[in-house]
Amino acid sequence: MADLSSAPVPPVGPDDHVRGEGEEGLIVYADLGCPRCAAAWAGLAARPGRITFRHFPVASKHPRSPILHAAAEAAGAQGEFFAMVDSIYADRGHVDDPHLWERVRSLGLDLERFERDRRTAAVAERVRRDFQSGIRAGVAGTPAVFDACTLVAVREREF
Amino acid sequence: MIAAGTPAPDFTLRDQDGEKVSLSDYRGRKLLLVFYPGDFSPVCGDQFSLYQEVKPEIAAKGIELVGISVDSFFAHKAFQEKLGFDTTLLSDFEPKGEVARAYGSYLDGLGFANRTLVLVDEDGTVAWTYESPNPGEFPGANVIFDALA
Repeated sequence: MADLSSAPVPPVGPDDHVRGEGEEGLIVYADLGCPRCAAAWAGLAARPGRITFRHFPVASKHPRSPILHAAAEAAGAQGEFFAMVDSIYADRGHVDDPHLWERVRSLGLDLERFERDRRTAAVAERVRRDFQSGIRAGVAGTPAVFDACTLVAVREREF
Repeated sequence: MIAAGTPAPDFTLRDQDGEKVSLSDYRGRKLLLVFYPGDFSPVCGDQFSLYQEVKPEIAAKGIELVGISVDSFFAHKAFQEKLGFDTTLLSDFEPKGEVARAYGSYLDGLGFANRTLVLVDEDGTVAWTYESPNPGEFPGANVIFDALA
C-alpha cells in the first residue's frame, strides 16, 4: 500500500500534464466529474502562464469520474489530453461511453486505440499516482489550486 | 477535547441499520471515531467521500473507521446510500450528542459535534485526537495517515 502521510505537493515533472509556458505556474488537482471544477476550469484554462492538471477523482461522489480521468489519459496518449479535459468540462451532461466515443472522433483520435488504452492498468495507476500525491499534500476537495506548490485556493463553506 | 492517554468513554449507539454498537465491541482492534456535524451537509459528504477513496489504505493499517453524528439512524442509512459509501455511521441521537459531549466534541449553541477525529487503541485508550478549527473544514486523509505512521 502507498504511503499517504503528509508530503509537499510534488514539483512539476516530465510525467505531468502541462499546458502553457513559463515558470512554476499553477498546479490544479481536479475531478473531471465535479461541477465546481468545470466552473473553475474555464477561468483557469484561460489564464496566461503554465498550468498543470493533476487527477483527483472522487468516485463515491462522482461515480463516472474514474472513467473520465482514464479517458483523458487515453486521449493524452494520442497527444490530446487537454482537448479531452476541455471537452468534458465544457459539456458535463454527455459523459456516457457513446458520448466519449463521439468526442474521440471529433478530436480526430484513433477510437480503437482509445478504447484499449483507457482500460489499461497503467492508465489507472497513472491517475492513482496523482490522486495519492494530492492526498499527501492535504487536498480535501476540488478544485485545489497550488501556486509554486503552495495551496492558494480552496472552497470555504459553513459546514 | 478528550486528551490522548485517557480511557475512551464507552457508548452504545445504533448504526445505520438500527443495530446496537458499543465501543467495547471494538476492543482488541484500533478504531478511528469521526465525529461530524450532520448527514447531507456538503462538507460532511465530501469528507466521507474522500475517506472512502482511501479506505483500503486505512484498513491496511489495521484501523476501522466509524462516523458519529446526532442524526437518526434512518438519516444515516439514506446518507450512506446517497453517497455510496459503506463506513459505519452511529446515531448519537438520544440523549442528543451525549457521546460527542463525553469526548469533548459537542458544539453548544450549534447543536452538533465539531469535526473531530479520535483514534482509540486496542485496549480502549485514546491514542490521538484532531479537532478541526471550525465545522466548515475537514482534515484531509493525510492527517489520518500521519497519526498512523
